[in-house]
Amino acid sequence: MATGGSEAEFAPWDDPNEVPLIRIGNVTKRFGDFTAVDDISIDIYRKEFFALLGPSGCGKTTLMRMLAGFETPTQGQITIDGQDMAGVAPNKRAVNMMFQSYALFPHLSLWDNIAFGLRRDRMSKDKVAARVEEMLKLVQLEKFARRKPHQISGGQRQRVALARSLAKAPKLLLLDEPLGALDKKLREETQFELMDIQEKTGTTFVIVTHDQEEAMTVASRVAVMDHGRLMQVATPPVIYEQPNSVYVADFIGDVNLITGRVGEIGEGAELLWSDGKAPLKGQSGGDLSKGAEATFAIRPEKIAISADEPEAGNRVKGKILDIGYLGNLSTYHVELPEGPVVKCEVGNRSRIERRDFTWEDEVWLSWSDTAGLVLSA
Amino acid sequence: MRRFLVAIPYAWLLVLFLVPFAIVFKISVSDYAISIPPYTPTLDLAAGWEGVKSFFSELDFENYIFLTEDDLYWKAYLSSLQIALLSTFFSLLVGFPIAYAMSRAPDHWRPTLMMLVILPFWTSFLIRVYAWMGILSNEGILNQFLMWLGVIDQPLILLNTKFAVYIGIVYTYLPFMILPVYATLERLDESLLEAAEDLGCSRMEAFWLVTVPLAKPGVIAGCFLVFIPVLGEFVIPSLLGGSGTLMIGKVLWEEFFNNRDWPVASAVAVILLLILVIPIVLFQRNQQLNQERNG
Repeated sequence: MATGGSEAEFAPWDDPNEVPLIRIGNVTKRFGDFTAVDDISIDIYRKEFFALLGPSGCGKTTLMRMLAGFETPTQGQITIDGQDMAGVAPNKRAVNMMFQSYALFPHLSLWDNIAFGLRRDRMSKDKVAARVEEMLKLVQLEKFARRKPHQISGGQRQRVALARSLAKAPKLLLLDEPLGALDKKLREETQFELMDIQEKTGTTFVIVTHDQEEAMTVASRVAVMDHGRLMQVATPPVIYEQPNSVYVADFIGDVNLITGRVGEIGEGAELLWSDGKAPLKGQSGGDLSKGAEATFAIRPEKIAISADEPEAGNRVKGKILDIGYLGNLSTYHVELPEGPVVKCEVGNRSRIERRDFTWEDEVWLSWSDTAGLVLSA
Repeated sequence: MRRFLVAIPYAWLLVLFLVPFAIVFKISVSDYAISIPPYTPTLDLAAGWEGVKSFFSELDFENYIFLTEDDLYWKAYLSSLQIALLSTFFSLLVGFPIAYAMSRAPDHWRPTLMMLVILPFWTSFLIRVYAWMGILSNEGILNQFLMWLGVIDQPLILLNTKFAVYIGIVYTYLPFMILPVYATLERLDESLLEAAEDLGCSRMEAFWLVTVPLAKPGVIAGCFLVFIPVLGEFVIPSLLGGSGTLMIGKVLWEEFFNNRDWPVASAVAVILLLILVIPIVLFQRNQQLNQERNG
């Protein structure tokens, strides 16, 4: 989904005629003095895989619980498929949730767990059975149908929880940190499985996560939240390449931040960072005014390292402080004489014994005019 | 060293359970006698092998046969069973809502509520039963209060009735019901109820489909913990129940202390123990199943 594919790009948010499935309109939620969600507005479209991303306590779970109906907004309105959700109880919403703890009923078999929601709809026995079988097949657990939740592994439990929440074919599926309890390898596999299932069923997914890699992998769009406020909503490439604030740039992936003042603003923008040094040139990120405090953000993998002075838009000289060997790539920490330490990532295309640089070497770092961003403050 | 440690509980059981039981069993197959101790035969080791032989030849099961001949005993057993079953039911009826409310109470309240449940144990059990006599008697607090309210103009006869026995038993054994039920309800993951609601249950349905089945082990444990001791209870029926209430514990007490018929009393005790073995074994199986499920 995230990458589009061979068909027309999936981007309903760019289409002015598209009606969003979910409208979150100026929603605020307070618990006593504490504002968990602060005046947030988001439109989520049909078939989207939407990620709410942020550190713990940023309000993303509260926002999700308001969609499920477990919390009511203090202010603002949530509509799902045109219907105002105010006063609609969780059991009356065409929304299902996959809980962080999975919340599988320990006294019921996997089969009965998945059938639980269907039976509440007074569906006929045959229909329930057919639907449960279908769901078990979708998550490849047909063989375990008669087992109880404590008799299967964590990864299998996660899939049962998914099957159970999908069984009623909800308009919207909420996933609360769905992969948090799995180990890294299984998590990565499951991310692709989730995307697969989302595509197969065509359900709109909203996922809550604090893991930025997970959000970037699965989501069509990511909403970055901090302290109850919405920082940016965009597709993963935009979030990564054009963060609108230092917070988002810093939260998503690795970034070098160099502070200074805004210089000339033309096609791009310049940052004056050290007296007598050439300004750093980059793209302009947001509203900038000349002379104001600003930050230059540059991703470590966009920086090249060389022994001789290169031809490039930006170049600085420094001394290697640390080398981190990660297998597929190496991270160089280069200290500039002006103070800042810049991180630079280089892919290890050749074997380690042929590495060009070592500790204490004087090296040049360089990057193009468009690789970095000048962000206000 | 390890053998020694393992041996301790067995030694404890042997000395404090099996040996006394053997003595009681021996007395139950003896005959009543006006002597000290009030039964024959006693083992006379001085007479040697002959003494042992005559000792065993005098033992018989006629006390057990006697229990079947006098209808007092089987009626008392049945009545005890009935009282134990009903009081277990009433304890559950009162105890479950209390345990449920405790488990839903805010975290910082729970230790206090728990304390309140356990608090009665700090006073002697006998004093508490006497307090109920004060409450339930004709001139007691309850009757005075009801007459002051004008609900009744004649005092109700409450003391020395089965009603008083049920009140006393349910009051006394309620904590044994509340604590295990509370323990299971407290462990209940709140998100299970939310999941049930999310999947289309009303609050009430979620309670019946999730809370109740998951509380079952605690309910079963609580029922056994009330049922088993109530079956042999004798203090409450003798203090609150008067002559109309027949319970096997009371019969046993009277047989032993009023009639001084140790052999018959022992036979009653042995049969009571055999009856109790069934629920005790069932209880242990329930506990074991739970442990397997949780572990």
